[in-house]
Parts: sequence; C-alpha cells; structure tokens
Amino acid sequence: MTTLPPPSAKKLGLVIDLDTCVGCHACVVSCKGWNTENYGAPLSDQNAYSGAASGTFLNRVHSYEVQPPILKDKPAAPAQLIHFPKSCLHCEDAPCVTVCPTGASYKRVEDGIVLVNEKDCIGCGLCAWACPYGARELDEKAGVMKKCTLCVDRIYNENLPEEDRQPACVRTCPSGARHFGDLGDETSDVSILVAERGGFDLMPEQGTKPTNKYLPPRPKDVEPEYDILAPYLEPIAEDGKGFVGWLDKALSALPGGAK
Amino acid sequence: MHPAPSVIFFTTFSGLGYGLLFWLGIGMPAPTGWVAFVFFAIAYIMAVGGLLASTFHLGRPERAIKAFSQWRSSWLSREGICAVATLLIMAIYGAGLVFFGAEWTILGWLGAIGALLTVFTTSMIYAQLKTVPRWKHWTTPTLFLLLSIGGGALFSGNVKIAIPLFVIAGALQAFAWFHGDGRFNASGTTMETATGLGHIGKVRAFEPPHTGTNYLMKEFIHVVGRRHATQLRIVALVLGFVIPVILLLLGAKHVLGLLAVVSHVAGILALRWLFFAQAEHVVGLYYGKR
Amino acid sequence: MSLDQPDLELSPKVSDEIRKTTCYMCACRCGIDVHMKDGKVAYIEGNKDHPVNKGVLCAKGSAGIMQHNAPSRLRAPLKRVGPRGSGEFEEISWEEALTIATKTLAPVRKKAPEKLAFFTGRDQSQSFTSFWAQGFGTPNYAAHGGFCSVNMAAAGIYTMGGAFWEFGQPDWDHTKLFMLFGVAEDHDSNPIKMGIGKIKERGARMIGVNPIRTGYNAVADDWVGITPGTDGLFILAMVHCLMKAGKIDLEYLGRFTNASVLVNEDPKSEQFGLFLRDADGQPQVIDRNTGELAAWNGKGVEPDLSATHRHKGVTHRPVFHQMADRYMADSYSPEAVEDRCGIPAKRIRAIAADLARVAFDEAIELDRPWTDFRGKKHDKMVGRPVSFHAMRGISAHSNGFQTCRALHVLQILLGSVETPGGMRFKPPYPKPATAHPKPHGKVTPGAALDGPHLGYVQGPEDLLLSEDGSPTRIDKAYTWENPMSAHGLMHMVISNAHAGDPYKIDTLFMYMANMSWNSSMNTGGVMNMLTDTNEDGSYVIPNIIYSDAYSSEMVAYADLVLPDTTYLERHDCISLLDRPISEADGVADAIRWPVVEPDRDVRGFQSVLCELGARLNLPGFVNDDGSQKYKDYADYITNHIRRPGIGPLAGFRTGEDGLQGGRGASNESQIDNYIANGGFWVEHVPENAAYYKPFSMDYQSWAVKMGFFDAVQPYIFQLYVEPMRKFQLAAEGIGTRQPPEHLRKQVLETMDPLPIWYPPFEDAHVDPIEYPIHALTQRPMAMYHSWGTQNAWLRQIHGHNPLYVPTGIWESNGFKDGDWARVSSTHGSITVPVAHQASLNKDTVWTWNAIGKRKGAWALDESASEATKGFLLNHLIHELLPPKGDGMRWANSDPITGQAAWFDLRVKIEKTTAPAESKPIMPAIKSPVGKGPKDQAWKVGK
Ligand SMILES: Nc1nc2c(c(=O)[nH]1)N[C@H]1C(S)=C(S)[C@@H](COP(=O)(O)OP(=O)(O)OC[C@H]3O[C@@H](n4cnc5c(=O)[nH]c(N)nc54)[C@H](O)[C@@H]3O)O[C@H]1N2
Ligand SMILES: Nc1nc2c(c(=O)[nH]1)N[C@H]1C(S)=C(S)[C@@H](COP(=O)(O)OP(=O)(O)OC[C@H]3O[C@@H](n4cnc5c(=O)[nH]c(N)nc54)[C@H](O)[C@@H]3O)O[C@H]1N2
Ligand code: SF4
Ligand code: SF4
Ligand code: SF4
Ligand code: SF4
Ligand code: SF4
Ligand SMILES: [Mo]
Repeated sequence: MTTLPPPSAKKLGLVIDLDTCVGCHACVVSCKGWNTENYGAPLSDQNAYSGAASGTFLNRVHSYEVQPPILKDKPAAPAQLIHFPKSCLHCEDAPCVTVCPTGASYKRVEDGIVLVNEKDCIGCGLCAWACPYGARELDEKAGVMKKCTLCVDRIYNENLPEEDRQPACVRTCPSGARHFGDLGDETSDVSILVAERGGFDLMPEQGTKPTNKYLPPRPKDVEPEYDILAPYLEPIAEDGKGFVGWLDKALSALPGGAK
Repeated sequence: MHPAPSVIFFTTFSGLGYGLLFWLGIGMPAPTGWVAFVFFAIAYIMAVGGLLASTFHLGRPERAIKAFSQWRSSWLSREGICAVATLLIMAIYGAGLVFFGAEWTILGWLGAIGALLTVFTTSMIYAQLKTVPRWKHWTTPTLFLLLSIGGGALFSGNVKIAIPLFVIAGALQAFAWFHGDGRFNASGTTMETATGLGHIGKVRAFEPPHTGTNYLMKEFIHVVGRRHATQLRIVALVLGFVIPVILLLLGAKHVLGLLAVVSHVAGILALRWLFFAQAEHVVGLYYGKR
Repeated sequence: MSLDQPDLELSPKVSDEIRKTTCYMCACRCGIDVHMKDGKVAYIEGNKDHPVNKGVLCAKGSAGIMQHNAPSRLRAPLKRVGPRGSGEFEEISWEEALTIATKTLAPVRKKAPEKLAFFTGRDQSQSFTSFWAQGFGTPNYAAHGGFCSVNMAAAGIYTMGGAFWEFGQPDWDHTKLFMLFGVAEDHDSNPIKMGIGKIKERGARMIGVNPIRTGYNAVADDWVGITPGTDGLFILAMVHCLMKAGKIDLEYLGRFTNASVLVNEDPKSEQFGLFLRDADGQPQVIDRNTGELAAWNGKGVEPDLSATHRHKGVTHRPVFHQMADRYMADSYSPEAVEDRCGIPAKRIRAIAADLARVAFDEAIELDRPWTDFRGKKHDKMVGRPVSFHAMRGISAHSNGFQTCRALHVLQILLGSVETPGGMRFKPPYPKPATAHPKPHGKVTPGAALDGPHLGYVQGPEDLLLSEDGSPTRIDKAYTWENPMSAHGLMHMVISNAHAGDPYKIDTLFMYMANMSWNSSMNTGGVMNMLTDTNEDGSYVIPNIIYSDAYSSEMVAYADLVLPDTTYLERHDCISLLDRPISEADGVADAIRWPVVEPDRDVRGFQSVLCELGARLNLPGFVNDDGSQKYKDYADYITNHIRRPGIGPLAGFRTGEDGLQGGRGASNESQIDNYIANGGFWVEHVPENAAYYKPFSMDYQSWAVKMGFFDAVQPYIFQLYVEPMRKFQLAAEGIGTRQPPEHLRKQVLETMDPLPIWYPPFEDAHVDPIEYPIHALTQRPMAMYHSWGTQNAWLRQIHGHNPLYVPTGIWESNGFKDGDWARVSSTHGSITVPVAHQASLNKDTVWTWNAIGKRKGAWALDESASEATKGFLLNHLIHELLPPKGDGMRWANSDPITGQAAWFDLRVKIEKTTAPAESKPIMPAIKSPVGKGPKDQAWKVGK
C-alpha cells in the first residue's frame, strides 16, 4: 500500500564507506546475479550483444572527482577521486511509495525495507520520477519497476547459513566497504560506525530521511609536518667514507658488537 | 525529462478534452441532439484518447485498473478516479442532452467540477515532485487549469472567454518559464548535496557507472540547447496564444476558427514538449548532467 | 486502505545444490560456490572457506554465469576455409582435427622440433604444457610472462627469492604503512582489496605511487603522481635519505643479506666485482666473532657489514661499502631527481622519513621463537611494519628490472621482507634463483629437450646460444639482447618467425592468447605478419594451430582451432609446481572440475594435449606399449609423478597412515577429495615458521617435509646480484662468451649488479619534444582483458573507453566533453574520444586496457560500441624501437629480461573533428559462431 507506515523501530539499511570503496563494481554484479535469479522477474538486458547496450541494475557505482579549494599560499592539493556506489536508500519518508497509484510500492512495517510488489505494478514509472536518487529502474522486458530489495530474500532466509544472511552486495564486497544492519538500533555495529565516522545522508534537503548512510572519505594528501619528520633523516654521514666510520660505531653498539 | 510522445499527447488532449467537458458541463453551450453529440464526441475523443495514450507508457497496461486503489496518497490514482468518474458522469449528462434533450444541470455541474479536478490532479502528479524543481510550483497546476479551460473555451466556441484566458495563460506561461529557469539552482540540490562530498571541494562527475545507457538516463536526462529552447518557447507562445487570439479577434467562424484550433493545439503540443524536455530531474546530478 | 502488505516468501529455496570450484574470470583464482538449479548454473558467489577470497568475489567472478553462457563460445573444432584473417571456417570433428594436428606436427618433431613454436597465454597449467613441449623437443615454449611482468618476477627471484603476487604479499594484519607502486588491479585482485580494507579498518596509512589516481590509488591516503618511468629515481632517492640518516636495519642486513659479502675491488682483476669465495665456492664474509674470513652460512658466524679484507694483494670490500659509495652520492639526492620524477624533494624526504619512523619507532615484536640457519636462536620476531607492493607500473618499462630491484633493495634495507608487518612470501616461495632450474635448449630431432625450457641464468655460460652465437630460441630469450629473460618473450615470436630471424618456423601453436589483438604490440603489423605470403602464395608462417574457448580476434588467424571448454566445464589444477593459490600463512592448491558438462563439441585443452601427446608418441604421454598414458587431464592430475612423492596436486596424497598433504603417492580419489573439501587444499605454515622463511630452519625443514624442495636450502638476500656482474665482465672483454659489439655498451650500462636507474629506452629513440606525453593503460577492475567483452553484464560497465587527459593538456587543446583527438606515436596514430581527469600526472594520458574490439569478434553485432568507440592503444606501440640508423632491430623491451616495455610509450595529441568511428577502422571478421541475441533475461529457476 501506498501510505507510509509509522516509522518502524527496526530500520534495516546499508552503510557505505567512501573511504574504502575502490570502485570495483563487485557489488553491482553480485546484485545483478542474485536478483536476476531471485525476487520477481529477472533483470533483463537490452541490446545485450550490440551497440547501446542497456539493462536493469539495482546498484551502480559512480565516480566523482573532487577538487579541494585552491588556496593562495599553499600548493594546490591534488584532485581526489571518489567511488560512489548507490542503490535504494530505503528512505523513511519515501516519496516513491506515496506516489504509487497501485499500492505496488510499499515500505515494510516491520523493518522499513521499501519494496515493489511486482504483481501489482503497472510500470507507470512515477515512483522512479519521485525518487531523487535514481534508485528505481523500470525493467524493459518485464514492464515492472525494479529496485534494491535489501536482499529481503537473503537476510531472513532460513535456507542460508546464518552468516550468509546478508545482502549479496555486502557479502561480496572485497574491500569491506559495505555494511548492513539495523540503523534504528543505536547500539548496532552500523549505528556505531555512523556515529564514529560522521555518516551522512544524501540530498538531505529532499526530506526523504534515507536509512542508508555514507561514511565520508578520510582526509587525504594532508601536508606532513615536516619539522616533526625532519629528525628522522638527520644525517649521520655525508658520504661513503663517513658512513663507514658511523657503521663501525653503530655495529659495535649492536648486541654482541664489541669486537 | 524524456519528452515521451505518449505523455505529451495525453496531457495536451486530455487537458483539452476535459476543458471542453467543463464548458459543456456548466452549459456553455448546452446543445442538444446531433450538435450535442458532436461536441461530446470531440470532448470524449480528446479525453479518452489522451487517457489511452497515457497507458502506452505503462509497462503493464493490462493492470491499469489497479491504479484506482491508492487515492488516499497518490495523485496519479486520484487522477484516474477523477478522470473515469467525470467521464461517467458526463456520459450520463451527455446522454440526456443527445437523446432526451434534457439538461440535468446538477449532473453537468458535478461533471464540470470533476473535469477541473481531473486536470488539477493531473497537474499535481507533476507539481508534487520535489525531484523536478521546475514543476514543483503553483504555476504548474494553475497553467494546466488555465490551458484546459482556455482550450476548452476555444473548442466550445466561448470565444470571448477564450481570448482573455489565452492572454492570461500566455503571460503566465512566460512567467513560469522565466521563473522556472532558476528553480533548479534555487532548490538547494547540487552535486555537493547529492554526493555529500562538498566539504572536500568542487565535485565533478568522473566516470559514469556504465558506458552504455540505462532507464534513468533515458527517462530523466534530456538536454535541450538553450537557443533551441528559446526559439521553441517563442514558437509555442505564438502558435498557442498569439495566433489564436488574432484569429479569434478577426472573427471566429469556420476556417479562421479551425485555424485557431489547429494553431492552439500545435502550440500546446510544443509547450508540453518543453514542459517535459526542459524539466530537469535531480538524479541527473549523479551523472554530472541536468 | 489498510496497511496490509503482501505476504513475502522470505526463505525461498536458494538452489538445489552448491558445487565448489575455482573461478577463472582472471588469474586470481578465487574459490566459488556455484549454485545449481535443475542442473544449470543459477548463481555464483564466493566460497567463504577459501584461502584466497574468503567469500568475497569481484565483479568478473560474479558475472561468471554470463561468461559461461556467452554466445561467443566456440562450438566445435574449426578448419579454416577462407583466407587467414577472414574468419571463414567449417566445423569439423575432433577426429579430423586431431588428425590434422598430428599430421602437421609429427614430421616437425621428427626432423626439426624447433620449428614448432608452442606459446601459451594466461595458461594456468604451465607445468603441464611445458612438460608437453619438453617432450616434443622444441626449445620454443613459454607462456605470456615475458610481455606481462617478468621484470618484477625476475628481479624478485634474483634479489630475494620471490616478488609480489604469486610469490608474496604485504603482512596485511600487521603493517602500519603500506606503499603501492604502479598497480591498478594486479593478479591478486581480491586479496589486495581485502588487504586494503583491513588496513583501513585498522587506521593504518596507505601511499599510492602512480601517475593515475583511480581505484586503489584513489583510496590511498596520499597520492604520489609520479612521472612514468622514474620510480627507480624516486626509490633510490629514498635509499639515499635512509642510508644517509643511518635508518636501516643493520642487524638484518648483516645477517640475512649479502651486504656483508666481500667483493673484489681491483679493476684489473678478472674477478673484478665478483665475490671472494672459498674452495667450496661459498661467498666470504668477515666473522665479527673472530675477525676472520668465513663462509656466509658458517655455523655461528656473525657477518661483519663493515670489515674489508685484502686477499692476494686485492682489496675486498663488503657490498655495503659499495652501496654507501653509490647511493650516498648527491646524484641520488631528492633534489637531484625531483624534476625528473615530478615529485618535490621535500615530499620525497617526508615519505622516506615516514618509512624510517614507522619501521624503527613503531617496530613490533611477536613472541615467536625461531632458529636461523647459522644455528642462532631468536626469541622474538621483530617486525618493521612498512610494506610495499608493486606490479606492472614499475615492471613494464625498459628500466623495469632495475627499478623492481631498487624497490626490493629498499624493502630489505628497512628490514621489512619476511618480518612481521612487512612483505611476506607465499609457500612454496621463497626460492632463490640458484634453486630454480637453468634454461635448456638442446634440440635432438625425434626426442625430448634436454631439460626445462625456462629458468634462471647464473652467467654468460647459461645463455641459449648456438655455436655461431645465434639464438637457440625463436624469441631470442637468454641471448645478449636480454640475458635474464626468465619467462621467454612471447611478444617477439610472431615478429621473429615472420622475419625468419633467427630462423623460420613451420607451426605456430598457441593457446589462450589473443595475439592478433590486445596481447600484441603493433596489432596491425601482427595481423599482416600472420597473413603475409611468400612468392608462391604460401603463408610465411606456414601453420597456425590455436586453442581458444571463445570467438576471439585470434581465432580468425588460425588454420585449425581447438575449441576449449569454459572454466565451469573442465578439470584444471592450480598446482604448487606452477603458480599456486597459497597465502603467506598457508600453502594451498586447487582444482577446477566440470560442475556442468559442455553442451557443445568442445574439449578441455589439456585433455586434448594428452591425446595429441600420445598420437605424437611424446615421452611422458605414452605407456611402454605405446598406448595413451593419460586418458584425460584429470587422469594426469591424479597420476602424474614429477619427483618421488610429488605430483600436480599436493593435497590428499597417499601416505603411510592414510591421506596427507605435501609428499605422498598418488591417490585415485584425489579429485573427489578436493571436491569434498571445497575444491582446494590448504595447510597452514607453523607459527614459528611464518616469518624469516629464507633464513629460518623452522620453515626450511617444514618446506622439505612438504616437498617444496628436497633438502634445506637457506639463503640470504642478494642486494648485489653477482650474475649480473658476470655479464658485465663479459662485456668488458673477459671470458669466452662475450656480447656482440653492438650490445657491449648496453650490457655494460644496464646490467649493474646494484640497482641503478637509466631513462626508458623510448626516450632515446623518440624525440621527447615532439612526443612529450606519456601514454598508459590500466586494467579495469570489472574486465579481464578481451574476455570480459562477451559478457553481457560486464560490457555494460565498460563498453568503450575514452582517453583520459590531464587538465593542462585538456585546456591547452581546448577540449570539451564529447571531443575526439588524434593521438600519434612515431609508430602510428589513432583517433579516439577524450575525457578530462584532474587527478592525473600532468604529462600523462591513459585509457582502460583491451576494451576496444575488432568488428565481428566475440559474437557481437557490428554496431557494438567496443568496435565503434572503443580503441586499443596497442596500435601505437611497436615491438621494435624506431631504427637508430645502425641497421639493428632494437627491441622495445627491458635489456635484461626482455619484458615488453608497454609503458614507455610517448605520444602527441591534437584535437580533431569527431569521426563516425574510432580509428584505425579494421574490416570486420566473419563470426564463426554467429551473433548473440538482442535482448536477454536469464533465469534458470522458476
Ligand atoms: N596496451 C597494452 N597492451 C597489453 C597490456 C597493457 O598493459 N597495455 N598488457 C599485456 C599483458 S600483461 C597481458 S598478460 C596481455 C594479455 O593479453 P591476452 O593474453 O591476449 O589476454 P586475453 O584477452 O585474456 O586473451 C586470452 C585469450 O584466451 C581466451 N580464453 C579465455 N578463456 C579461455 C579458456 O578457458 N580456454 C582457452 N583455450 N582460451 C580461453 C580468450 O578468448 C582470449 O582470446 O595483454 C598485454 N597487452
Ligand atoms: N580486472 C582485471 N584484473 C587483471 C587483469 C585484467 O585484465 N583485468 N589482468 C591481469 C594481468 S595479465 C596482469 S599482468 C595484472 C597487471 O596488474 P597491474 O600491474 O595492476 O597492471 P596495469 O593495470 O597495467 O596497471 C599498471 C599501473 O601502473 C601505473 N603505471 C604505469 N607506469 C607507471 C610508472 O612509471 N610508475 C608508476 N608508479 N606507475 C605506473 C598505471 O597507471 C597503472 O595504474 O593484472 C591482472 N589482473
Ligand atoms: S531511495 Fe528512492 S526508491 Fe529508495 S526509498 Fe528512497 S525514494 Fe524510494
Ligand atoms: S511503476 Fe509500479 S511501483 Fe512504481 S509507481 Fe507505478 S505502479 Fe507503483
Ligand atoms: S541489498 Fe541486495 S538488492 Fe540491494 S543493492 Fe545490495 S545486492 Fe542489490
Ligand atoms: S564491491 Fe565494495 S569496493 Fe567494490 S564498488 Fe562495491 S562497495 Fe565499492
Ligand atoms: S578476482 Fe574475480 S575474476 Fe579473478 S578469480 Fe577472483 S573472483 Fe574470479
Ligand atoms: Mo599480464
């Protein structure tokens, strides 16, 4: 149904670490694989082997270049490159749900996961229009709206071993940049991570109150404190000869050194 | 946004159709018999044709009936209900006029309100979207309504009313364009808020997530050249309002009237093309485009 | 409407069965769980128990299902019916295919086995294919290592008995400062990502040294955007700083490296620059206990880093003195190199200081006692938690060998190789050069070669030269052009065979290498060589047999195509005899097995070699009665015995008390045991043997027990590589084997036994002012060379490739989004789309490797973006350098190893109007497998 349920205590979602994501697209493809074989219609591909190929994906990795401000008295810090995976953020105030005319889009009462009931979806596309994040894609073949399911058919799946009950993208991420958990529980690992690392919302001004959070990249290319480092390279000799002199001394200082 | 022909068609003709129904509903004019039949036929062809066109862009049109269920929250659902209810009411009202020569006024007024509601709900589908700052504005429903009753007035022969409505609509449209041009920037949504990386510096899209295309890019990212847009705006204003007004002032009969209609419809189609093509969805920011 | 929501099936059945095997979407070889539904492959995910990937899987691995289903899969053996290169074939039976192959090869073997050139690409069965080639008797065998990363491998083996990736890895659990040189992806794809994740979690620091800031380098805390080809300068400047400050691990250097070995200092001596040796040939050191000469490995000896020695009137100084003389000179100072490297001197110093700080101030200790080979007991393991990793960015230059050496020497000076927090070897490595075989090339018609093809030379006497000094091998490996070419030179084979230099061949037999496209330099030229004809109309390279699994560009150039299976349809073994999947804490190997049977008339290539070997009567492939020895590859894997107790697989061998790892007799159900164990076998390195492996008796005896070698063989690191000095001596005119005149200078200047830097060769042949820009390629993480393209999922991610251009060049050319440029080298020019990147070295442009495709290949439609917008940089790179006017063919390779110098390329760039398609435009080849479907929606379950 289309009206939003009262906010659930349990808010399942992802936390994505932009400091660690190397942009490998593993999460993209494992998501495609799992969701092609599971939940609803397979994710189709058009022009699969020709020009202008396109297909349905529920998770995509962008990359951005960020140029730190160029200050007068300092050499310009180099531009940074940041990989940026993006899937449905399972918003608390999900506009995609309320616009849906059929009730196909809904937010689960028990854990806040936003889903599309494909049997009811007419493929009008309005929910995708309403989503600021581009998290919904209409599958051209099935004619229904597709979106990240938070792998609802994995995380509770009793046919999977306990340790595998996590989203496909999280399980596969080689660098461990994706975390899954209950963001409604302040004591959960993901909530702690968000608190410690200053996790943030995308487009907060849109008022969607995303559940998923992003962890910012750590500061990069920080100018070292040369003064503090300098003593580490205090010369002990200026040339080979001097070095040999130093060496003799240094060697005799080693254990068992006195000849 | 992708200017899909089906949606341009739908908004244009259902707007005109319901506009005409509005005038018929309030009895301006209130023809009977064959004349009524022709008026109602024109209104229904436009309204139903528009609605049918709108189903072309559905992935699963055979399930369209499900769209009536979510009236409590969904403008699209409300629109569907209003549209169908209005058509039903006006069908009865029209039958009265055509077959019984009877003017069931209350029913007519109900239908007229329904027609306005239909157009309003249609407009709110767009005006509600925070993701498209150009649309999220009072001018969107106002213009939809003005154009609908203005066009309806033209079709229904209410020339005296059509002329001022066209003048107002043209002016408001010009204002809406002008004001709309700045709304994306005013919305506060930027690449920096989209990525949350603004604290580091200026954000630029580097590589898209894929070299091919996808639904989002096809649906939401449509770049119209600035010069091209200005030209089209002028064309739309001239065709949609200036020419019809001149023609109507010259005398609204027969050929001139027909020309005014053709010109107006062409103008509205152009204007609707711009309505979609110029609307920028915030998701484009993720692709470094708008 | 109420808040009711649909009933969801939260526990759908995931699959009928999981089959565990090994991924082969790249050479990382992760363990995979293949989920089966109705006997079909439904979903692939990582195997949580697997030592390599511990459950994670990269994009390619997850897309394996699309590779396995690809429409480009070959369907049956193919016989060429049109001209070479046309792609016109007819499908034939295996019997016919094997008959043709036998008829072609049998006479060659009988008369002149060297006229078969058998080269394999990303072959993971090299111990098997080389065994086959050895049996055939041709000296002309190698895999792709020569154009890939032999500089790294050989520099590592000669210096310290192993390098990175297959040999070693950073100590991810302990390292505090990690420096990455010239890596975009590497073979160790998932482990590196997992390692970076671990480092980040611990808050340790990472520095990326790379002209391009993407991928790993993008997440590095610091980015050093070095100018290509200058890493050697940067590294040696850090060596300069560290030596000058005495920030080096003297204890470690004295005990575990040849820094203390005495070197002859007399320029007039024939032994000049060689080690002082005793009667047993052991290098000599001064023992600090006695002040007397001693063998480096004498019991209880404490080698002195500083003491000199006069012997027969000649002064002998320890290696370390020479190093101090050299590297403390001002020419190695940061100030002297900063302009060339594009790194400010201050920054170089800061990084060196940081290395010193972490290595010595933040040293760690593990409470693990161990005993070294001199019998000294150590009660702790001292760690210098700085670690390095590097790959082709420093390797694929013509100064790459020396640069890789420099990096290894830097690590060793810090005492961070094989110590906690540093760089660790993966068993069966470390293994010094002297423990490897030497190269063999003695041909006897109708008989096997005299020994293994590839190995590590110890001096001019080991070169593969015939009486008249001409090369024994078609690729000229182990000649004066590239004496230490440990992996052969696959990139020279076609060029040399075409030129008949050193001789003509009869049959080119290739496996798994797309030589007419992305794995060749000078792609267009190679196509011409493959199709060139003699006056009588016959082909210059008479016969080409090729095995591929897919409809690649190379298939079109073969006369006979032997279609392989996909990786889910065959047996394979990832063997300790080869490049195993071990990790630093465990020795491991693995198998592939047919989790599904092929649905086409294709066969595993190794099984085909078993049969072809038998038909050709090759030793090792026939029984005494002449019958076929190995029914198929599975049979070989199970029953082949290399040395007593040692076979292709080390796990589940038959011992006295049942199954055991390491040594043992063969076991008929070995493959089943592997399958039951998840497709792999692993045995953990004992705790007290986990570090200091080369010097640790704890490790050495475990290694012998496991069968890595037959007797303990501790060794010390070779800061000074004496064999290199032997080549120099020959160039100076000493000895019976000397380089030809035109190569003397090159040998002398490049084969320095201590790391040096010299400018990349292309700089000397090409005008750097006309061609001011460095042009590079990088591996995309989600694509494997040309294989990825046929994959419907992956090709949406990388369907074409722009040339990335730094801000300065972007602006000075007035480029805008969507623009195209003409990019030229001295060798050729291409016209390609450009894109802007700010986080890029200011003199460098680059593109993703191997995205561009030939029209008609890979079952793609001709409209495919790979062919219309994608491009190969290879058109601009030549296997030979531009002629110098001396009439010589100067190879575009490292002069020591022959490593192809892909990244030496210099170009110029100019804006041009957008053409309809990227150029050069090659005519389409005819697809032997048709084209893929337009749309697809793959689901095997209901
Ligand atoms: N410009 C530029 N060029 C480069 C490089 C670079 O950095 N820059 N790198 C170089 C390096 S390091 C390398 S290793 C080469 C790689 O170049 P190649 O070795 O040519 O790489 P692939 O494209 O992987 O091609 C291998 C062939 O193996 C086939 N194949 C795949 N799976 C199977 C199988 O299961 N069985 C069989 N029989 N065949 C199979 C594929 O279809 C393909 O035709 O490229 C080199 N080329
Ligand atoms: N996904 C994927 N993985 C692969 C492969 C693949 O095709 N796809 N191929 C496999 C193969 S065959 C190989 S050989 C490995 C190679 O793995 P890598 O060694 O990672 O090879 P490249 O991608 O060629 O990356 C070379 C890197 O060196 C940088 N570089 C170039 N010149 C210089 C220089 O002078 N100095 C420094 N510091 N950096 C420089 C380039 O910018 C680039 O980042 O990857 C293997 N893994
Ligand atoms: S991210 Fe988009 S699709 Fe997901 S809940 Fe929020 S608005 Fe809806
Ligand atoms: S596309 Fe489907 S889920 Fe989305 S709004 Fe329309 S009916 Fe609802
Ligand atoms: S949670 Fe599942 S559906 Fe969502 S992005 Fe990850 S893999 Fe895809
Ligand atoms: S799998 Fe992990 S590292 Fe790779 S792109 Fe996704 S989030 Fe980033
Ligand atoms: S890194 Fe990826 S492609 Fe390579 S073996 Fe592992 S999972 Fe397969
Ligand atoms: Mo390679």
